[in-house]
Amino acid sequence: MSWFTQTIFSTSVGRKVIMALTGLFLCTFLAVHLAGNFQLLHNDGGKAFNLYTVFMTSNPLIKTISYVNFAFILGHVVWGAYITYKNRQARPTGYAYNDPGKTSSFSSRWMGVLGTMILIFLIIHLKDFKMAYLGITHKLDLVTYTLDNGDQVEVKNMYDEVIEEFHEPVVVGIYVLSMIALGFHLYHGFQSAFQTLGLRHPKYTPVIKSAGFIFWGLIPLGFAIIPLIIFFCRN
Amino acid sequence: MSGHMNLTLKVWRQKDAKAAGKLETYEAKDVSPDMSFLEMIDVVNESLIKKGVEPIAFDHDCREGICGACSMYINGHAHGPKQGITTCQLHMRSFKDGETITIEPWRAKAFPIIKDLVVDRSAFDRIIQAGGYVSVNTGVTIDANAIAIPKEHADNAMDAATCIGCGACVAACKNASATLFLSAKVSQLALLPQGHPERAARVEAMIDQMELEGFGNCTNTEACSAECPKEIGQEHIARMNREFYAAKLSSSKTK
Ligand code: HEM
Ligand code: SF4
Ligand code: FES
Repeated sequence: MSWFTQTIFSTSVGRKVIMALTGLFLCTFLAVHLAGNFQLLHNDGGKAFNLYTVFMTSNPLIKTISYVNFAFILGHVVWGAYITYKNRQARPTGYAYNDPGKTSSFSSRWMGVLGTMILIFLIIHLKDFKMAYLGITHKLDLVTYTLDNGDQVEVKNMYDEVIEEFHEPVVVGIYVLSMIALGFHLYHGFQSAFQTLGLRHPKYTPVIKSAGFIFWGLIPLGFAIIPLIIFFCRN
Repeated sequence: MSGHMNLTLKVWRQKDAKAAGKLETYEAKDVSPDMSFLEMIDVVNESLIKKGVEPIAFDHDCREGICGACSMYINGHAHGPKQGITTCQLHMRSFKDGETITIEPWRAKAFPIIKDLVVDRSAFDRIIQAGGYVSVNTGVTIDANAIAIPKEHADNAMDAATCIGCGACVAACKNASATLFLSAKVSQLALLPQGHPERAARVEAMIDQMELEGFGNCTNTEACSAECPKEIGQEHIARMNREFYAAKLSSSKTK
């Protein structure tokens, strides 16, 4: 094994670096993804959202980033599962009486379960939307828009698909629950990643912990509020 | 006697490393609130001996919070419910009359049980042997003040050096990780000029040894610092991680 593979597979700190770097990358991805989702709330019959969807799925740079993103999700899941498995092995017999609630946060103790909830959500989410967009599960309707420069374009009506999905109570319920899990995952995960990377300092750590609210609070809230607005206020 | 308490103890009894253990219930009668937890067990053991029952085996030595021997997981906490103390510094006034107290050994694959509450912590010794030292050639004694050390570094190194190797961090960690223990030594020696020559080799070797011993991976739950009798802080883990990255990226070890 080279020093690099030895580090990321066979040392605890090395494994954690993979978790931290992929985790932080996924955090930036969440921010970009949410900015895109807000296009759904334009009252324009879906034009902004549908054009944005085309941009996101055709621009070569964005496409490359999206492949990297899938690879990172996979890496995060595989390393997360490996770490969780190793940590179980490190304590084959548990305590008959344990009281961990006073010394560590709920989030920090349930990262694996919260992550698995997010993974299940991601699978459902990709099936519902990505596979529909790609025409695998069913064919989307087409719409024609006139661009600012006068050109006409014909694009898939992803907007209608989303609106339809977000009128299903079960879909909205799963979506909102998953965002709660994401919030808890990032309540521990975001600041934990900086600690893992050794970025701890009396001046900056309080700033990181406060900024974490954007990731564990505002971003999951933003994701959750869109289906709720569509479910209750759009038809 | 006024203020004395009667308690019910549930104690992990295990004949030897291979035997299956179980929790046994004992009554601790007429316990003075001024007794230390270990003195209370001494008294219970005397009554067990009188009854012809094998006394409870437990580790202890200094009984003043400096040796780190007295490993006991009491009511779900390493060294009991109070913070910043070892079991020998825990007093019975921290419990209520009539209370049931559950006492278990440290639980970790790397700390196998020898008997009852006694676990084998030699994994810690092997981690220290892997790199937790400075190599000094013998010769004349050097003036202690010949090397200038900033006060802040000296203080932080001293904080890290207070680790007594008790293993409470491992016991409390949901991952049975020894990261806080390692970080205390790595951090102490990284902060001092005497530690610098072996800096990179030290952190790599100690982390490899932790892996070999079967300790878990740190997930930053911070339970270790909360349970550490010397209140070793999380900043030492961050410093050890930095040491590790610097070592991995710059050392000439390519395997
Ligand atoms: C968009 C989705 C996700 C984001 C933004 C995210 C983010 C993070 C971050 C920032 C960390 C902290 C890394 C560290 O402590 O150094 C982390 C840890 C972790 N994640 Fe995720 N994660 C996501 C999805 C998942 C999924 C799908 C799983 C698993 C199936 C998962 C499982 C874990 C585990 C097991 C840990 C390690 C626990 C720990 O270090 O405390 N995560 N995640
Ligand atoms: S770091 Fe604290 S809890 Fe861990 S061995 Fe040292 S003194 Fe004990
Ligand atoms: S017996 Fe030495 S620390 Fe408790």
